[in-house]
Amino acid sequence: MTVYDLAVVGGGPAGVAGALTAAQRGLRVVLVDSGVRPGGQYFRHRDVPDEPATKGFERFARQVRALEDRADVMTRRQVWAVTREDDGFTVHCLGGAAVRSRRLLIATGAHDRPLPFPGWDLPGVLTAGGAQALLKGHGVVAGRRVVVAGTGPFLLPVAAGLAAAGAEVPGVYEANGGLGLARHPLLALDKAGEAAGYLAALARRRVPYRTRHAVVAAHGDRELEAVTVARLDRDWNVLSARRVPCDTLATGYGFVPQLDLGVQLGCATRPDADGTPVLSVDAAQRTTVPGVWAAGEPTGVGGRHLAEIEGRVAGLSIAAARGTAPATRAAGVPDVLLRRRTRMRAFAAALLAAYPVKDGWRGWLRDDTVVCRCEEVPLAGIREARELGATDARSAKLLSRAGMGWCQGRVCAYPVACLAGGGQAAPRRPIAQPVTLADLAELTLEEPHD
Amino acid sequence: MSDVIVVGAGVVGAACAYYAARAGLDVTVLDRGPVAGGTTGAGEGNVLVSDKEPGPELELALLSSRLWRELAATGGGFEYEPKGGLVVAETPDVQERLVELAAEQDVPHEVVPADGLRALEPELAGGLAGGVHYPQDAQVQPMLAAARLLRHGADSFGRGALKVRLGVTVTGFTRSGDRVTGVRTSEGDMLAGAVVNAAGTWGGELAARAGVTLPILPRRGFILVTEPLPRPLIRHKVYTAAYVTNVASDSAGLETSAVVEGTPAGTVLIGASRERVGFDRTTSLPVLSRLAAQAVALFPALREVRAIRSYCGFRPYCPDHLPVIGADPRAPGLHHACGHEGAGIGLAPATGHLLAQVLTGRRPDLDLWPFRPDRFRSGEDR
Repeated sequence: MTVYDLAVVGGGPAGVAGALTAAQRGLRVVLVDSGVRPGGQYFRHRDVPDEPATKGFERFARQVRALEDRADVMTRRQVWAVTREDDGFTVHCLGGAAVRSRRLLIATGAHDRPLPFPGWDLPGVLTAGGAQALLKGHGVVAGRRVVVAGTGPFLLPVAAGLAAAGAEVPGVYEANGGLGLARHPLLALDKAGEAAGYLAALARRRVPYRTRHAVVAAHGDRELEAVTVARLDRDWNVLSARRVPCDTLATGYGFVPQLDLGVQLGCATRPDADGTPVLSVDAAQRTTVPGVWAAGEPTGVGGRHLAEIEGRVAGLSIAAARGTAPATRAAGVPDVLLRRRTRMRAFAAALLAAYPVKDGWRGWLRDDTVVCRCEEVPLAGIREARELGATDARSAKLLSRAGMGWCQGRVCAYPVACLAGGGQAAPRRPIAQPVTLADLAELTLEEPHD
Repeated sequence: MSDVIVVGAGVVGAACAYYAARAGLDVTVLDRGPVAGGTTGAGEGNVLVSDKEPGPELELALLSSRLWRELAATGGGFEYEPKGGLVVAETPDVQERLVELAAEQDVPHEVVPADGLRALEPELAGGLAGGVHYPQDAQVQPMLAAARLLRHGADSFGRGALKVRLGVTVTGFTRSGDRVTGVRTSEGDMLAGAVVNAAGTWGGELAARAGVTLPILPRRGFILVTEPLPRPLIRHKVYTAAYVTNVASDSAGLETSAVVEGTPAGTVLIGASRERVGFDRTTSLPVLSRLAAQAVALFPALREVRAIRSYCGFRPYCPDHLPVIGADPRAPGLHHACGHEGAGIGLAPATGHLLAQVLTGRRPDLDLWPFRPDRFRSGEDR
């Protein structure tokens, strides 16, 4: 089997930048991605360009073409485990394929972080990222009348995209005070420009943007017919509410970095500014496990610009480390890149501070509101687990089954941890994707040392 | 001040607390973590007599099997399933040994010829030599079992008879001369008439704080869990004869044998691996691969079923494979109820029942001599 110098898992901005940077410096590189083509969550595009054009897509597409000339790009490959070998790593994909490499770059991105509320399990309720993926990836407008709700600047491009594609958007509801965006000196300089553009686009289409508002309930017999939109206080407690008819709701309260492969390998984690566990990396994007680098959202949610810079830093560091002793600090990385990374990280931290999740959301739930959809565990089930002696997310899971099902807590781990107490813990998923017992049984591996 | 402090809110600690409270004692249970956060939370919930060699552990298992049935009938709430166990043999030689073992055990069983296996388990692979069916084998959901025993104990035997304090770490013991008079904890000293060490795999560590040696070591095991199946594929707890020999082995190296069973949630649990590697939680893909291979060899219909998760735990292993139950003469006031290896769920009620008899000065229903805490020669098997 070919042993690559570098295997990159994840083909979003971080993974592609890291792979290309290393390949340009002569490394044998393979990039593995679960999508039909590279792009990740942000550049999840059809062959035809979308309208309005996603910023930066042309640049990304050029990077992908350059990468395909210099490296092996394996798409439609879902990685369910990475194991350490004596001389590197084996990346195990569903369907039995495996890739060997001396070094590994984890660039697995992030997924949406929904919050539960009554009716959130009705057909017609989507994550904001899910609605965006339908639109960008398949050209499908999620519904005719689409409410967008949650927190964070990501709601704006989602709403603008839906409106431009012909959906009626009765409102965009931002649970935090949107002023955080303009008030913060860094944000005012940077993101506010982009956000202002989206706001102007929404205003042109007469889409109302309401801050301190949220969707706190969804209604419908078999599918979504209306949502309850509430005005909130600073802590997200409901002040007043009204009903808004709609057939689709796109909702998201930030993102959860995908750390599974790093945790499998034993990489240390740290709490990000908002308490979310992320992989610890040094100035050169190295994790605490020798030979393993990480870039983009798994090291802290920060968006595509930061992801690309981190990917480049990782690629340079990996190339510099080749064949020699471990690189010092960030050997081979130009200072200008490191300075840009510092600035972007400060920006990411400011965004996290401006768009927190406030405790008041817990008051939106009723006893029978489903919290874990896979195992159908309601709020009362989590409460009962606490009364039986659960003190954190893991013990709440053991006593209530919340987070034990098909998605392995990807959807509900955040709210369950909030409700159970004990803080957010790094996910332990020794099997990162469901794998058939036949594939698992027929794995060719070195026997463990007895 | 309590009559008894139980250290450890796993299933054994919960059973000790339950039976002590039922015997009229005031009990406080302490745990540094949540209820069932240690080995109890990483088990399958076996209540087995089939895998026990004749002797004191089988006696304990038979008593416990009866007590689990009673507990399920009185309190319940922990998915008690008296589904029976089926041990299968790959070869006629092994089948012969299984039949001999069953006769020695002298417990209700039924010898199943090769052509009778599929009447019990329709999806079993062909080519097996036969098996033995043990109707007494059962399963509980272990975390719920521990939690419900504590809850039931707190609700049933008078106000304040059973208290649970979580997030409290025991750092040492208070003494009066040789006598243990209570525990030192992260929340201050707590005095009691007696202290029960139900710290499971960490029982040796706790005993050391009282200056006594218990040679309990972690023996790691992995379990694979499948996606929920739309209809039950496997009716009994099914395992191969190798499981019995592995349970009884002393090897530190990796041993695996197929143990396959369904759960009320629709998932299939696949074990069992045993290896002594300390408290290392790193997932071993080779071990998971072997477990999967053994399971599909036994049940070919599982081939296309997907594994969605796995977990590992640390069995409290004693060199002679027997638990430690009873008063410790080396530290008067200190009692032990730990070291049950992979049988802690099954043996918990009997352990709690017998220890409650000791704590109230009665003669225990079973002779506790084989389980005495000072039976190990110092330095044995370390």
